[in-house]
Amino acid sequence: MGLLDSSPGARAAALVAPPLIYALLLLAFPLVAIVVISFWTQSGLTLERTFTLANYREIFTGPIYIWGNANRWGVLPLSLFVSATVTLITVALAYPIAYFVSFVAAPERKSLWLFLITIPFWTSYLIRVFLWKVILGFNGVVNTGLQSLGIIQEPLEVLLYNLSSVIVTLSHAYAVFAILPIYVALEKIDRSLLEASQDLGENRLTTFLRVTLPLSVPGIVGAVLIVFIPTIGDYVTPELMLGSGGRLMSNIIQTQFLQLNNWPLGAALSIITMLAVGIVSLVFILLNRRWLRGRA
Amino acid sequence: MITPSKAPLIQLRGVHKYYGDYHALRGIDLEIRQGEFFSLLGPSGCGKTTLLRTIAGFEGLSSGILAIDGRDMAAVPANHRPTNMVFQSYAIFPHLSVAQNVGFGLRRESMSRDQKARAVAEALEMVGLGGYGGRAAHALSGGQRQRVALARALILKPKVLLLDEPLSALDKKMRETMQVELIKLQRNVGITFILVTHDQEEALIMSDRIAVMFEGDIEQMADPETLYRRPTSRRVAEFIGKMNLLPGQVAMEGNRIIVDVAGLGRGAVEAEQAPGGVVPGATTVGVRPETLGLLFPGETTSRRLADGVVDEVVYYGDMTYYDVRVPGIERPLTISMKNLIGQPVLDVGTPTQVVWDERSLVVLSR
Ligand SMILES: Nc1ncnc2c1ncn2[C@@H]1O[C@H](COP(=O)(O)OP(=O)(O)OP(=O)(O)O)[C@@H](O)[C@H]1O
Ligand SMILES: [Mg+2]
Repeated sequence: MGLLDSSPGARAAALVAPPLIYALLLLAFPLVAIVVISFWTQSGLTLERTFTLANYREIFTGPIYIWGNANRWGVLPLSLFVSATVTLITVALAYPIAYFVSFVAAPERKSLWLFLITIPFWTSYLIRVFLWKVILGFNGVVNTGLQSLGIIQEPLEVLLYNLSSVIVTLSHAYAVFAILPIYVALEKIDRSLLEASQDLGENRLTTFLRVTLPLSVPGIVGAVLIVFIPTIGDYVTPELMLGSGGRLMSNIIQTQFLQLNNWPLGAALSIITMLAVGIVSLVFILLNRRWLRGRA
Repeated sequence: MITPSKAPLIQLRGVHKYYGDYHALRGIDLEIRQGEFFSLLGPSGCGKTTLLRTIAGFEGLSSGILAIDGRDMAAVPANHRPTNMVFQSYAIFPHLSVAQNVGFGLRRESMSRDQKARAVAEALEMVGLGGYGGRAAHALSGGQRQRVALARALILKPKVLLLDEPLSALDKKMRETMQVELIKLQRNVGITFILVTHDQEEALIMSDRIAVMFEGDIEQMADPETLYRRPTSRRVAEFIGKMNLLPGQVAMEGNRIIVDVAGLGRGAVEAEQAPGGVVPGATTVGVRPETLGLLFPGETTSRRLADGVVDEVVYYGDMTYYDVRVPGIERPLTISMKNLIGQPVLDVGTPTQVVWDERSLVVLSR
């Protein structure tokens, strides 16, 4: 039976089938697998396939993952903190750049500016991380520079093998992903609205605060989510910048899966991380909705 | 109704504006009186919007003087000018409610919250949108947006309200309603209105005075009747209403201006019928279709006559437009006739006589 002479329902099903299969195989199946595995346990080399909450118990009652102790934060809050800081810095720096390209740059130069902004992304992510190591490292550009200027005697160790280096590297790495959505939101603002605001007595600053900023909120929300969600999962940067093993959630999950061969615990940690990110994102979106509705 | 006083509220002297190499305004001289309803009329691209934006302060002058209320505006930015604008796109803030849009400019006024809310309600009432304050701005129709834009500008009681084709986005019916409402509103508030339009009918209906612009310059500035009856140039005559343009000869005989119109004949005209001045020699003579007539069988007239043949008939119900071929004129004459009782509608090919009068001729310059 050909596609064309079948019933509308069958035809629709046939059309939807390829993406559906794709989605099932690549999204739903791995997700379900992780959920299932997280309720199993690993004993030695064998995977114990009886349902148990042991992994979750370990995560919620142990001192490492969530609660931490007097000397150190739990890994999950620390990871959330790093991602939140990266997001804040990235979006705060991306906004003026997006604003510049959208409002200040000459119209015929806009695509050139966007092109220039994306140039760093032509090199591999790993190379860019290593570049930051070169810049921030023990004998790196910053340290030798400051030393030769006589500002410091000893190399600053705070620069590398430190959370701030992770934050700097990630903020740089995700800059474009924050610039673009904000730029798009700014581009969509009807320029006559700015003139109308000026016509009604507002100067450039108050016009920005009363018109441009509120109208660019969708772009800011997009940028925040686009930066926040993947930075939690990024394990390469912390690994390289913090030294062996790293200390963030993503590194620990990676270690459980690839080195300790404890898939069930790794899966449970993944689920918990996913939930945490999901909840934070949801709260953020809801707050924004609320705020936007309050304005409208 | 507030009678316009004589002192000019807005003065422009030798205003030029360049966009790079492009000469958008070419020496505009203009005076607009307090309380006047003034229109800028002209074809697309002639610089109407540019002139309006110059007055609003969104564009600087390349040279010349602009003064509002006796004050030079050169150093005054748009947000400090006593003007408010209704934008062609209306520029309603999509993130604000109707009331917040209307009250946008009240932020710096020293009024209590209640006073502001009352002012907003009054302004909405004035434009016929009472009770719409809580609506989201993006949920409005075109006509409602236009009213919100009006209320938002008028609430600040500007000296001058600038309107850039405010009615062009509305359908015909809505446009006609709003034209009448705008006229009433302007009389009630007594604020000077400057309206940009490319619709000659709209300009004639609404304005106290009209400036007709071509290519960055004002070609003629007059009240609607003068503009319609006594256009100075061919371009103005063609732009406003329908006008038959006939080749002719003009000559001075003593104090009298004698015009010889091809196909119609010779006649003496008054000086005011040559508002662009008299240059003896070949000229163009304009005649409005409604000032011409046809002589129906059995009628007589003391006015002048010319023989012709009906070439085309367009029946409008209340009016009939005839194109009549008259020997000696290349293009047929367009004549509009009221469809009075007992008057037949003539058929194409009917021989007829055109009734004309030298009092309705206009000698056009250029
Ligand atoms: N920012 C600008 N840069 C360069 N040229 C411009 C600019 N704004 C307007 N112009 C040019 O100036 C001329 C007059 O433009 P303007 O917008 O004043 O015309 P208009 O009379 O309002 O026409 P319309 O009826 O189509 O709105 C046009 O030829 C236009 O291309
Ligand atoms: Mg215009």
